[in-house]
Amino acid sequence: MIELKHLEAGYPGRTVLEDVTLALRPGKVLALLGPNGCGKSTLLRTALGLLPRTGGEILFDGAPIESLSPRQIAQRAAYLPQSRAVPNITALRMVLHGRFPYLTYPRRYGKEDYAMARRALEWAGAAELEEEFLPALSGGQRQRVYLAMALAQDTEMILMDEPTAFLDVRRQLEVMATARRLASEGRGVVLVLHDLCLALRGADKAAVLSRGRLAAVGTPEEIYRSGVLDEAFGVTLRRFQTESGWQYYFGG
Amino acid sequence: MRSWRTSCIRNKRRFFAVLALLAVVFFLLNLCLGAVYVPPGEIIQVLLGRMADTPQARIVLLARLPRACGCLLAGAALAASGAVIQGVLHNPLAAPNIIGVNAGAGLAAALWGALLPEAAGLAPLASFLGALAGAFLVLFIAERTGASKMTLVLAGVAVSSMFSAAIDGVVTFVPDALNGYSDFRVGGLANLSMARLLPAAWVILPALAVTLTLTGELDILTLGTEAARSLGLPAKGLRLVLLALAAAMAGGAVSFCGLLGFVGLIVPHIMRRLAGEESLPLLVSSALGGAALLAACDLLSRFLFAPYELPVGIVLSLGGGPFFIWLLLRQRGGRTHD
Repeated sequence: MIELKHLEAGYPGRTVLEDVTLALRPGKVLALLGPNGCGKSTLLRTALGLLPRTGGEILFDGAPIESLSPRQIAQRAAYLPQSRAVPNITALRMVLHGRFPYLTYPRRYGKEDYAMARRALEWAGAAELEEEFLPALSGGQRQRVYLAMALAQDTEMILMDEPTAFLDVRRQLEVMATARRLASEGRGVVLVLHDLCLALRGADKAAVLSRGRLAAVGTPEEIYRSGVLDEAFGVTLRRFQTESGWQYYFGG
Repeated sequence: MRSWRTSCIRNKRRFFAVLALLAVVFFLLNLCLGAVYVPPGEIIQVLLGRMADTPQARIVLLARLPRACGCLLAGAALAASGAVIQGVLHNPLAAPNIIGVNAGAGLAAALWGALLPEAAGLAPLASFLGALAGAFLVLFIAERTGASKMTLVLAGVAVSSMFSAAIDGVVTFVPDALNGYSDFRVGGLANLSMARLLPAAWVILPALAVTLTLTGELDILTLGTEAARSLGLPAKGLRLVLLALAAAMAGGAVSFCGLLGFVGLIVPHIMRRLAGEESLPLLVSSALGGAALLAACDLLSRFLFAPYELPVGIVLSLGGGPFFIWLLLRQRGGRTHD
């Protein structure tokens, strides 16, 4: 579990996050919602110690983040950033790098790492891409490889920044299904999503960020009823019941 | 797009063996050929110490062997250094001659020659420190300005120009500071002795060995600083360590072969296309390929206009330049990197 207490973060001369208190729990899918530039990515990166915080506390299973080495953090939480380098290596090699936090000197991947990487590729629906070189893949295929890399890291928490970017509708649903499956295994998944319908239908909880502050945290039902999304995005969100659950759409 | 997959050589061991064989062949040719032909059989006898005090032994041991060893050492060091620098800075334009490493090493060597000419054995160490100063200065400027790929190269060009001007300044006041100054500027291996080569080998070979043990880390670092840190790698510290190792290799080479720049840029590029971007095969193939290329160019430099000799840097740039341009033209539109 990662707990953020009164977190403040930002860049020199610009505060991005103010007084954010939020628990990222195992066994749950949490959707992080909010308009562009509200601090969603900053929140994920600060929570993992990739950006320095300017105030507040970050606890990993009760231990302050300062007491953990980068390697210990990487064994507890995986991070799927919005954009990644595209080195000229195979998909399998890229996914293997997800095992790096577990390697000891001289850092050579072993049989177990290969098995884990192949399983992760399968999970992410990218098994057939194993031998392909990353520059030759489409954006969507690459995204699945990066997802597999995060899965290969085998962590309790997985933080994904827009994992559905570049993916077609069916693949987007698959990402959500993967997130649900990970949560059912007891892992905590945090997703930054722009598709409100996907988020509200698939997540256990949603957190809404607006101008760097946490506007609301709750179940999708609570978030919808509170009207906080309407306020944050400046739209009118409506829904209707279908056979497969609620469908959300925007009014004028 | 498909060409990316097929252009990468799958059987890496065989590829390494071919490169090593090429290096050995050019090394032997460098020993055999010259104004006096020494057959391979006699070369072996000389190397085994069985033909002491013969003219052949003097030619091979005093003139050809240091030079042939220097080719292998400088080629391997500069190409491996380039591969490390390009990986660490995730910048395909980076190379020891572009980001101020070679010029820093050259300036240190010139200052050393001007101020302490009697301690020539320590010149490689001075070159290493100069190379380190060049690399860290460029890194510092690039980080302060946002570390964009273009800033890094611009900062490198500026630092290189400053250092080169300073080398010219030193040589103007102390003309004997650098042995064979014009050779030094373009890079050359003439008049190399084992006494000059050995101290450099003591800097280069340990640095290369340590670098080869850090290829796992280098692989992660090439994914970008933030991605590396999210995988638990202390990226900033490691970047400095690897740059220092790259500076040691390039600095050691510059101390005896001068500002031989091109090999550090083109060889890693060629090997990246052939061996892929995994650091271990890339470094091994760059080191072997650099050694083979420089040995081949040195052979050409001695024979193209025999009995006159060209500095090897000229042959390298005139031969390597068009080949590199051809490679770039072939790549046009084929790559989606960045």
